[in-house]
Amino acid sequence: MRFVDEYRDQAKATALAARIAELCQPGQHYKLMEVCGGHTHTIYKHGLEHYLPKTIELVHGPGCPVCVIPMGRVDDAISIAQQPGATLTCFGDMLRVPGGKGSFLDAKAAGADVRVVYSPMDALKVAMDEPDRKVVFVAIGFETTAPSTALTLLRARDKHVTNFAVFCNHVTIIPPLKAILDAPDVDIDGFIGPGHVSAIIGCRPYETVARDYGKPLVVSGFEPLDVLQSVYMIMRQLAEGRCEVENQYSRVVPWEANPKAVAAIEATMELRPHFEWRGLGSIPWSALRLKAAFAAFDAEELYEVPGVRVADPRACQCGQVLRGQLKPWECRVFGKACTPEKPIGTCMVSSEGACAAFYNFGRLTRLAIATAGRS
Amino acid sequence: MTIKQRRARDELAAPEVVTMSHGSGGKATHTLVESVFVEAFSNPVLAPLNDGAVFRVGDRELAFTTDSFVVSPIFFPGGCLGDLAVNGTVNDLAACGAQPLAMSAGFIMEEGFPLAHLRRVVDAMAAAARQAGVAIVTGDTKVVERGKGDGCYVNTSGIGLVDSRATGLSAGSAVAGDRVLVSGPIGDHGTAVLLARGELGITADLTSDTAPLNGLVAVMIDAAGAGVHVLRDATRGGVATVLNEVAAASQVGVVLEEKALPVRSEVAGVCELLGIDPLYVACEGRMVAVVAAECADAVLASMRAHPLGAQSAVIGNIESEPQGLVLENTGFGGSRVVDMLVGDPLPRIC
Amino acid sequence: MCLGIPGQITEMGVGSAEQALVAVGGASRRVNIALIADEGLSPGDWVLIHVGFALARLDEAEARSTLEMLASMEATYADELDAMARSGTSRPQEG
Repeated sequence: MRFVDEYRDQAKATALAARIAELCQPGQHYKLMEVCGGHTHTIYKHGLEHYLPKTIELVHGPGCPVCVIPMGRVDDAISIAQQPGATLTCFGDMLRVPGGKGSFLDAKAAGADVRVVYSPMDALKVAMDEPDRKVVFVAIGFETTAPSTALTLLRARDKHVTNFAVFCNHVTIIPPLKAILDAPDVDIDGFIGPGHVSAIIGCRPYETVARDYGKPLVVSGFEPLDVLQSVYMIMRQLAEGRCEVENQYSRVVPWEANPKAVAAIEATMELRPHFEWRGLGSIPWSALRLKAAFAAFDAEELYEVPGVRVADPRACQCGQVLRGQLKPWECRVFGKACTPEKPIGTCMVSSEGACAAFYNFGRLTRLAIATAGRS
Repeated sequence: MTIKQRRARDELAAPEVVTMSHGSGGKATHTLVESVFVEAFSNPVLAPLNDGAVFRVGDRELAFTTDSFVVSPIFFPGGCLGDLAVNGTVNDLAACGAQPLAMSAGFIMEEGFPLAHLRRVVDAMAAAARQAGVAIVTGDTKVVERGKGDGCYVNTSGIGLVDSRATGLSAGSAVAGDRVLVSGPIGDHGTAVLLARGELGITADLTSDTAPLNGLVAVMIDAAGAGVHVLRDATRGGVATVLNEVAAASQVGVVLEEKALPVRSEVAGVCELLGIDPLYVACEGRMVAVVAAECADAVLASMRAHPLGAQSAVIGNIESEPQGLVLENTGFGGSRVVDMLVGDPLPRIC
Repeated sequence: MCLGIPGQITEMGVGSAEQALVAVGGASRRVNIALIADEGLSPGDWVLIHVGFALARLDEAEARSTLEMLASMEATYADELDAMARSGTSRPQEG
């Protein structure tokens, strides 16, 4: 398929790998954080670690909007789903995320009306087609997805829909990045920046990473060659003593933010003073909620939710994985008590969570099965 | 009870109800089957858990299978509940190396289900049975109150005589060196049904691949006899699930080549949009075969010469390592594990 | 957050001015183009789709320049390997 296959050419990958290796200083170890779960997925699925020298370590960051949802918020959504006449709509990613008392799928099995949708507009359509149901859409995602929720809210208002609400869990990318950079003993040398968030916010917001924290950041696409080229660009910056924000994904990402997307978000949402992030604790001004003018569509206004802060199970080390301090296989419950079929934490449930990605794609590389049919 | 079964039962103990995951054909289904049904019914004929049960009657082997059909919507591009009900059982028998001798059909209908729809389903079953060369010789009818059944559910059971050249067909019969074949493009049925539900707003020119494969299997056995080690009808859970069953039962590694997998561009497009992997999407007219290396060319040729196998392909190999796992060599030179899913493949945004 | 798929516009104004029909492989879906409506879209253009919305237009010139850069890197590398093979040396072990 076009705009996909061309970025999967193995010969170019080999050339990139050679150039990357040349840029490594002997005796030096490099730690690069890829923020976005989509990059984690690409790295494992295509075995990109094979193409990198062992002195470059890729570390996973908190850019998985499903992984960072605290269990208490899942419980809140389930309590809404259990109200009479309520229909909970959500993306497929959310269906098996464990809350304190089970997942949306468990709630469905117990009788709640839970439906998977592809788009927030599809959730609005359910509300318009079924006026006797109270439809609530569980909105998740970074700035990539927030404009779509915003446009859906604007349309709901224009069409005077009275049975549609949004349970808003949108989060923003810069605060958690700063939280990681502000942590003591941060030893990350450079960042592979999220590509699709940047399609909305542009590259400018990342300037603080280079200017104030002295780390290079390259905004990256999601095909294997994109990620390898981004690693190459970071390594070149390090070798040349530069520290900048660069845009590898220039076919999609602009330097400035998308004005219509920003306007839609600003018309419908505002930043919350605090929001609990799984594994990162409470981060100020890091998440969005609906503005007062849209209270009629705000599930948190329309429903009483428990709002209980549920502590992660003691065995769970998702927080450390999300901060890049632990690799999935270093978590004490990885693959034992915590597996895709019985996940303890969100890193294992979300398809782009570091643990799920590693479990599904990367396990074998650790066992060094190098000759498994590779031509 | 083995440790594995006990752990599986304990895992099941936490949710105390059946969930949709249990119906998807993946890990949750397997756990349910092993820890509830197998534990209670335990017997050597059931134990191999192949598509059908095979047991000796005199000097022949008889294959016996059952399947239930709960598809929604009942009518979809390429067929309906009736086609699935006949072809599904014919194909399970074919996977045992058996031509179908006779079938039963049991109906559970919901009060209010239009008789016109029932006639369409039954006419489709009659036509499918004629195409497969089998008679439906016995049946049953039940009606449940409105709200207690999704229109119409069908169960079919079938018996057949196993071709004496094909004894030993089992998920546990794969050996290192074998080649893995599939009889056509994967994921057509699941994608067609998903689109037919109309909830995702996606259109594509796609029809279900439902078809009786007993004729195709006959030419494969003609070509290679006992060189065909495994035959599996890839249904819910797709090709990935079937190959995981083979890897586990035979304790071998299954290594697929991503570039060799036949996938229609319509299916590929839908799967890209939804973030689903075609390896896990249901088929209803595709046979997965594991054959000895020296027979692979002959079997492939015989499949391609058959109208239902024109797009057959070799998609991978059996290796001795890694035992019990399915790997895919991606086009990019990496390699990933193709694990069994817990439940249905879900659309994702991340 | 991250599943953004390239698709090609086949028809504009399906159902409303804000919707276009976009093809991904052999499948089609209505996609809301309100976020990039100012870019003068027309059938044949490529867009990035996420949850039923077009987030950006794919800049074919930028795409080409990225690929050209990668292709020239590949060519230079291949030349180096040839040169080494002819002179009987090999690349130092990496990583």
